[in-house]
Amino acid sequence: MQDYQSSLSNPDSRKFETFSYLPNLDAEQTRTQIQYIVDKGWNPSIEHTEPENASGSYWYMWKLPMFGETDVDAILTELENCHTAHPNNHVRLLGLDNFAQCAGTSMVIYRGATV
Amino acid sequence: MAKVYDAGVKEYRETYWMPDYTPKETDILACFKVTPQDGVPREEVAAAVAAESSTGTWTTVWTDLLTDLDYYKGRAYAIEDVPGDDTCFYAFIAYPIDLFEEGSVVNVMTSLVGNVFGFKALRALRLEDIRFPVAYVMTCNGPPQGIQLERDIMNKYGRPLLGCTIKPKLGLSAKNYGRACYEGLRGGLDFTKDDENVNSQPFMRWRARFDFVQEAIEKAEAETGERKGHYLNVTAPTSDEMMKRAEYAKEIGTPIIMHDYITGGWAANTQLAQWCQDNGMLLHIHRAMHAVLDRNPHHGIHFRVLTKILRLSGGDHLHSGTVVGKLEGDRDATLGWIDIMRDSYIKEDRSRGIFFDQDWGSMPGVIPVASGGIHVWHMPALVNIFGDDSVLQFGGGTLGHPWGNAAGAAANRVAVEACVEARNQGRELEKEGKDILTTAAKHSPELAAAMDTWKEIKFEFDTVDKIDVAHK
Repeated sequence: MQDYQSSLSNPDSRKFETFSYLPNLDAEQTRTQIQYIVDKGWNPSIEHTEPENASGSYWYMWKLPMFGETDVDAILTELENCHTAHPNNHVRLLGLDNFAQCAGTSMVIYRGATV
Repeated sequence: MAKVYDAGVKEYRETYWMPDYTPKETDILACFKVTPQDGVPREEVAAAVAAESSTGTWTTVWTDLLTDLDYYKGRAYAIEDVPGDDTCFYAFIAYPIDLFEEGSVVNVMTSLVGNVFGFKALRALRLEDIRFPVAYVMTCNGPPQGIQLERDIMNKYGRPLLGCTIKPKLGLSAKNYGRACYEGLRGGLDFTKDDENVNSQPFMRWRARFDFVQEAIEKAEAETGERKGHYLNVTAPTSDEMMKRAEYAKEIGTPIIMHDYITGGWAANTQLAQWCQDNGMLLHIHRAMHAVLDRNPHHGIHFRVLTKILRLSGGDHLHSGTVVGKLEGDRDATLGWIDIMRDSYIKEDRSRGIFFDQDWGSMPGVIPVASGGIHVWHMPALVNIFGDDSVLQFGGGTLGHPWGNAAGAAANRVAVEACVEARNQGRELEKEGKDILTTAAKHSPELAAAMDTWKEIKFEFDTVDKIDVAHK
């Protein structure tokens, strides 16, 4: 039997929704997930936030959503630019589905230091 | 020319069998599976069903002549063989929209599955499908929030949601019950759930349950940083009492409540759904008693009809069957009514038991809930069958984990995320499921323990209610 390690005082207990119960995506895994967003026809959108403000609906948009962008490398570059500008923040990538008027998916690509 | 009153009994088919009738866009259409008594011609039985479910009675009455019955009557317009079963046939009936009160599934069903089901000329009768014209759909309030809004409210994107029904279903005290919820939620579930028969019994009154469960939700949210909910069951002996519980749920800030729409009744459900829409509350719907109505292949109401009833009456989640678990459910038929819950336009498809095109107009969709006898080994199949817009609900499959609910929840969460990641990579989940889970378990001792606990359990009984297919 093993104890379940999670508590209010341990910042490692904080999660970030989809894929946050898996180890960080490596570079290749990140590429395939971005390719999935592109293949779905969704618009990539990058957002970031201070970890202490992660629970709200609105994070800061990094520029405008990348409407019509299908180049995985271009999307990776923007994620990196956002991370470089805000190294302590969580950075997430959304695939915006304009037909459903809802994000088709959302995943944190860079995890800031949780609080 | 005006008609003359001619008292006495006429054959139904003289009035109600209209094989040349072309259904109107605004008609409500129904397909019944009819098992007649021996020796009664099909046309006469079909016409009788049309008559008894609309304007007709057994004899001519003089007041028929005060109105235009040819306008108001139901019309039996087609008959078809049932593939593989010579004891019965399909009768297709069109009803003019004026026969029904706007926004009232109660009224529609009182006609369509009312007296006619006890009619002596029938050995058995089953309502297989209804086509609701979009003109009628738009008079109904429908799901309080809908799938997209639920995702935005709960902040869940790109994966199925995870739930867990708290067990034992009866007998826990409110504080112990809240503990079970808290453990599941902190382990990574999105929702926990009251079982359907948890209402307000002496061992746990509703108010105490609501308070302790809300504390569990709030602590789990603070601990994980994720949004959480628990379906607080407001099903009650009276609709006044139901509303009282719903109001209290809103007062304490809980995001989702629950109702049993068949035992609780469709009038109460419609009332509650409209209240939920007005009050920003999500509504989970349980379907206790459905199998009484939908399991017999010859008599009753097919579940795809009950699905349409719920979407019109209103609910954001509805139990759909799992295909792979312990409860009844043919795969193709289940996929059919899952589409009926979620999609905005569903084409006729007899291979999935769908008899009519159904246009839902702008009505939001309902999230199907897969629940009952499922565990981590089913996850690849469930993700493949249900896709992202679903709630996968593991009761025993969470609480039965050897290390407890939090570990059981974490095992399911890791499994669902691993399956979604693999699916997005283009891998075939049902073929590669074992490999996907085994790889994920390398970094999750909770998942490894769950896989070890449940690997031998299988449910392989044949379904009783199958799609009708030719056997000769």
